[in-house]
Amino acid sequence: MDVLFFIAAAVAVISTIFVVTRGNLVHALLYLVVSLFAVAIVFYTLGAPFVAALEVIVYAGAIMMLFVFAVMLLNARADSLLPVPRRAWLGPLLLVAVLVAELLYALTLQHSSLRGVEVGPQQVSASLFGPYVLGVELASMLLLAALIGARHVAGQPDEEDGSIAGGSDGGDEGRPDDEATGGEADA
Amino acid sequence: MAGASSTYGLLLAAVLFGIGFTGLLVRRNLIVVLACIEIMLNAAGLAFVVAGARWGRPDGQVMFLFVLAMAAAEVTVGLAIAIRFRQSLHSLEVDDEMKG
Repeated sequence: MDVLFFIAAAVAVISTIFVVTRGNLVHALLYLVVSLFAVAIVFYTLGAPFVAALEVIVYAGAIMMLFVFAVMLLNARADSLLPVPRRAWLGPLLLVAVLVAELLYALTLQHSSLRGVEVGPQQVSASLFGPYVLGVELASMLLLAALIGARHVAGQPDEEDGSIAGGSDGGDEGRPDDEATGGEADA
Repeated sequence: MAGASSTYGLLLAAVLFGIGFTGLLVRRNLIVVLACIEIMLNAAGLAFVVAGARWGRPDGQVMFLFVLAMAAAEVTVGLAIAIRFRQSLHSLEVDDEMKG
């Protein structure tokens, strides 16, 4: 399993470097998904299959979907609506092919050849709802607060955007600040 | 054998964190900055899992779950702020805001 760990680590590092260096936003997010997959393989080789599955489901699934939706909302009129050129798929496809080959090889291995001791979902769950149950409650409160906060920040109605003198605080402060910034930069 | 793997795992976590931190400092796009924060949080979670695997305890994975919930909450609010930022300033570059 040492070889699997090192290959996955190399893929993670390479794709993360591409996340930082790519200019195009969608390409960077594509490489970020590859990086999260590689870290999931690293988790699997470390004997943490439950966390590896959660990494794929929550990070590469839910959080990346949030990012993609935000990109769609933010520059829907920019060039991001153009189809991604075929050359841009090549790098992530290559890295993911390496990861898929690695995963298939790992699945064909005998279970006992995993390195170290495997800490399965049962132990994690027993610990999560045993001594850490207060943390689970706090995490649920944090998620609820994030939900309400995101609704409050981003879910302003359109009428405020239309009428600037509407009296609400968010857009009313944003506009004059923007104009003042522009004037200061011109002067 | 387990000691060597935990050493390399922590090294990988440090490298990923360093890349994310470099991107946080270098890139000016707000979405990429949020993605770099995600990379750094993921590296921190990786360090937790490596430490938990080193001792064969589930505590590291439990802490990774908490990091996961925290990252989800953070990115939700961060992307909402990015949308408001774009609506009021018509830009996603953080440097445009820094001039004010």
